Formats: sequence, C-alpha cells, structure tokens
Amino acid sequence: MVEVCASCEINNIETGLDTIDACDTLLINGGQYQVENIVIKKSMTLIGKNNPTLVSKSGDEILTLLADHITIKGITFKDVTTSYINERSAIRVKRKKHFLIEDNTIINCFFGIYLEHAKKGFVNGNTILGNATSEAESGNAIHAWYCEKIEINNNEIKGHRDGIYFEFVNESIVQNNHSELNTRYGLHFMFSNDDVYLDNKFINNGVGVAVMFSRRIQMFRNLFHHNWGRSSYGLLLKEIYDAELVNNHFEENTIGIFVEGSNRVNYKRNTFKKNGWAIKFSGGCETNEITENNFLYNTMDLVVSTQLNDNRIYHNYWSEYTGYDLDYDDLGDIPHFPVKLFSYIVNDVPESIVLMRSLFVDIINFSEKVSPVFTPKDVADNTPSMVIFENKADDYK
Amino acid sequence: MFKIFKYSFFDMIRNRWMFIYMGFFLLVTTVLLMLSNDVTKVIISLTNIIQVLTPLIGILFGTMYYYSSREFIELLLTQPLSRKSVFAGVYLGLAMSLSLSLVLGVTIPMLFFGVFTSSALSTFLTLLAMSVVLSIVFSLLAFLIAIRYEDKTKGFGVAIFTWLFFGIIYDGIFLMLLLVFKEYPLEKLTITLTFFNPIDLARILIILKLEISAMMGYTGAVLQKFLGSLNGTILITVMLTLWTVIPFALMLRKANKKDF
Repeated sequence: MVEVCASCEINNIETGLDTIDACDTLLINGGQYQVENIVIKKSMTLIGKNNPTLVSKSGDEILTLLADHITIKGITFKDVTTSYINERSAIRVKRKKHFLIEDNTIINCFFGIYLEHAKKGFVNGNTILGNATSEAESGNAIHAWYCEKIEINNNEIKGHRDGIYFEFVNESIVQNNHSELNTRYGLHFMFSNDDVYLDNKFINNGVGVAVMFSRRIQMFRNLFHHNWGRSSYGLLLKEIYDAELVNNHFEENTIGIFVEGSNRVNYKRNTFKKNGWAIKFSGGCETNEITENNFLYNTMDLVVSTQLNDNRIYHNYWSEYTGYDLDYDDLGDIPHFPVKLFSYIVNDVPESIVLMRSLFVDIINFSEKVSPVFTPKDVADNTPSMVIFENKADDYK
Repeated sequence: MFKIFKYSFFDMIRNRWMFIYMGFFLLVTTVLLMLSNDVTKVIISLTNIIQVLTPLIGILFGTMYYYSSREFIELLLTQPLSRKSVFAGVYLGLAMSLSLSLVLGVTIPMLFFGVFTSSALSTFLTLLAMSVVLSIVFSLLAFLIAIRYEDKTKGFGVAIFTWLFFGIIYDGIFLMLLLVFKEYPLEKLTITLTFFNPIDLARILIILKLEISAMMGYTGAVLQKFLGSLNGTILITVMLTLWTVIPFALMLRKANKKDF
C-alpha cells in the first residue's frame, strides 16, 4: 500500500499511481489536491482517508478508469465545469468491468459518474450534488451508456439534469436511491431492457421517472412525490412492453403516471394519492392490467383518450366509489366509472380547469355518471374493492 | 348608524334561523371531521357545501329580512336619521350575524380537531374568509333586489334566479364559451370571465391553496403565470373586495333615491 499526503514522501496522486503495482492500494490522506485529468490504467484500489478532495484544475474530467477491477472509495470530487463539446465527468469508466465506486462525494460537477460500455460494476452510497438550473447547461449525476449488469444502490442525488440516466443498459439494478430536485428526470431509461428499480425516492423533479422504449422493466416500491408543475409526471411510460409496476406510491404529482403506447404492463397494488391526474392514458395502449391499486383523493383518477381496447381494470379501491357491498365479499356490487365527464372536457379544453369543483361541473359529472353518453362505457371497474390495500411504500415518506 | 347596526345585529342573533344555520354548519363540520380525520379533505368537502349554501342562504335570508323589517325601516326613516345610516346599519347587522353564525359553526368543531396547529391552517382561513365574503356579497345583492322590487313574490323570484345564475348558469355559459372557442387562445377570456362571478373567484382562491398541481398542469402559460403567482391571488382578492364595495355603494344610492 502506498500513501499520498501533503507531507508524505509522495505528495501528489500522479506519482503515487506510477509507483504502485497492479492490484495494490493507493491511500489518499486528507487535504485538497488540484488535479488535471488522471487516467488509471491498472487494476487498483483508491481509498480516501480523512476526506481528501480532488479539485479539477482546469474544469476537465478528474478520473478516467481504463482497467478492470478498480475501486474508488471515500473521495470528494469537485468543480468539473460545463462543456458543450465533451461530456466531462468526475469519474468515468470506459469499456471496463468489475468496478466499485463507493461512498464518494461529487460536488458541483457537470456529469457525476459516467459509465461508458462498462459491465458488472457497482455504484454505491455516493452523494452527488449539482446546481443545475437549466436542462441545456447541466449533465446527469449517474450516466450509464451501453452497460450491462451494473448495480446502483443507496446514492443521494440532487440538482442535475437527470438523476440517473440509462441508455442501452441491460440487466441492471437501481435500488434505494434518493433523487431530488433534478431539472429533467429523477431516473431515465432509454432503450434499456430487463432492468429493475426498487425502493427509490423521486422527489420534486421535473419528471420523477421516465421509462422510454424499454422492455421488461420492473418497478417496485418506489416513491414518486411532489413532481408537479407544468408537464410534470410522477412516471412517464412511453413505448414500454411487459413491465411490472408493483407497490409504488404516487403522491402529489400533477400526473401520477402518463402512459403512451405501452403494452402488457401490470399495475398492481400501487397507491395514487392526491395527484391531479392519477393515470392518464394516451393512445395505443393494449393488454394492460390495473388491479388492486388504491386511488385516494385524486382530482381525477383516470383519463383515457380512446377506447381502452383489451386493457383490464378490476379490484381497485377508489375513494370516489359510492356503491355498496350487500354480500360482504369486500367487492362493490355495482361498477365504478372512473372517467368523469369533466376530465374529458379538460382534456379537450385545458382552460376549463378553472371550473373545477364548481356546482355546474358537479351536476354534469353526476348526470354523466347516471347515464354515460360522452365517456366510454367500457372503462369501468366492475368489481371495485371496498377495502384499501396495504402498500409498504406508503410509509416511505 | 352604529346604534341601528347594534339593534339589527342583536335582533338577528336572537333569530331562531340563525341558530339553525349555525347548528347546520356545526353538525356538518363535526360529521365530516368524524368521517375523515384529514383536515384537508374536510376543507374540500366544506368548500363544496359553502360555495353553494352561503350564497343561497345569504340571498334568501337577506330578501326575507328586508321585507320583514320594511316597516321598521320606514319607521326609522321618519326620524331625523340619514337614509345612509339606516340602510347601512340594518344591512351590516344582517351581514355580521350571518357571517358570525357561519364562522362559529365551522370553526368550533375544527378547533377540537386542532386545525390551528395543522398545516392546513392557511387553507382553512382562506375558506373562512371566502365564506364571509360570499355571505356579504349575496346579502348585499338581496338588499339590492328587495329595495328594487316592492312585490315580495317578484323579489324572491329574482333572488332565487340570481343565485341560480351565479351558482350554476354562469358556469354553464362559461364552459360553453370555452368549448365553442376552443380553437382560439382562451387564457384572457378565462381570466376575465372569472372576475364577473364572486362564487368563481372565491372557489379559485381556495383551489389555488389546495390543488395547485392539477390546476397548473395543463393550462397555458398565461393562466399558469396569472393564477400561480402572488399577483393572481392579490388580483382575486381585489376583485372580491370590489364585489363587496360596488354593490354596497349601489345599495346606498338606490336606498337614497327610493320613493317610499
């Protein structure tokens, strides 16, 4: 093991890296180090002791990992500046495997951790804080591009463009992360298949999570909270096939889930609470199942713009349901129609939202409910539940 | 004026109907709070009830009160008192007692459920302010109508129609206009139209507190800017104040000119 510190024999990191052999450990002891781009070409462990800080001298990239089996632990990275030409990042893994990036702090960097063609690695327990103000001038906190089998766990992310960005990333896991105040998405999937994300919190982002053009994504026990404002969603699903959405909690989002062209998605045991719209279906959705979800006090529970085709809605709990259960099987005896006439009108003329909760609107909603004319008759829960379903994610807040 | 106000106020609060009015709100608020412990949820339900009931009760009770105290007013007018002070005094007595029974009816149960320590306090205060303003505006309209029409049946008819108009018909026309002209930019029209209905103004003020997310989600930028900002709230408050001041001045003018 070789140690680097201000008063040591080796007092800069570059020399330290040159001296050690492959598979050895370089210990960086406290203090601040002004560095240019450091390229690591051998397998090694880089550990920070007493919170050392690596500051980018010219604003360029700080660490570039060009070897398998590299561990980076307990180091603070600072001040990688915005570039419109290069996607500079604090740590970049380039075409290598078996990396471990753990317990680091990355402050005020353009991109945080950039995984490029990387495989089988871990990004755990890092804190990544940016100060993004606009989408165009900021980068992603954790950016993965053409990766496979990576795990991203327990990270704290704030103030970037996307909290976590996946493009062409397969068979990976995103767990227990906290992504907040990002200008675009808390988590973003593009063209990524067979991934799982669970137990994450997405709070106050432009959009909580956007899943686009991906297959077989599993989403469990995530919290989507307070993603609101113009064109804000808790979760955006676009061209998604065969996904599972179980035990998630959506609270106070403008739109809980916005779905477009997604087929064979199972929505089960999720809670939608106090959202503007709980689920909004745009065109082209087939064979989705919505079952055992709780719809609690949303302004509008469901909006569909076309026929619902062979999508199935059953056994959900609706706080708006006014039916009864005479045979005590915990299922309502009359169907519930979640699409209100007013939500239909608002879809057509957005400005009419100012009439929300007025007596006139209540009256037309009621008359529509009694004898549906405009709203599609087949969008109904024929066996609505009378009891609220338990959902672990409800306690996450 | 103050003496007449005092007399009319104490006359009103001894009225059986005032107690029934207060009792109704006591009961409704208590039951709602018992059904759901979520204060915000109760406030939403109360908003629905209040925006329908306070205008209705205000306008009906106002007309009724004016007609029943007509003789008393005529008697007062034979005394060396200015017409202004007589009408203002009688009207304020009515408005104050209506607002008082409403505020008490809603606040007492809320106190027991700790609204003053909950996060919904500001929304609740907005709701109270809104209900008071609606009571004031609609009892004013009632006085205007009752002074205008000698005939009681006619007066009541017009009063009920006024309530129907602001409560339901106006929003219907509003919505129809929006649907007919949906191809055009509608933000300015929407904002202007809300100004001419006190019920809409009051409702939007509450909704802005409650459901800003849904409100803002899909409307155009102008509407969002206007309604979402502090300026919007201030403008709505100003408009509501105008809605109380202008009819009050009108009422006094009408009363001054009226030939008894």
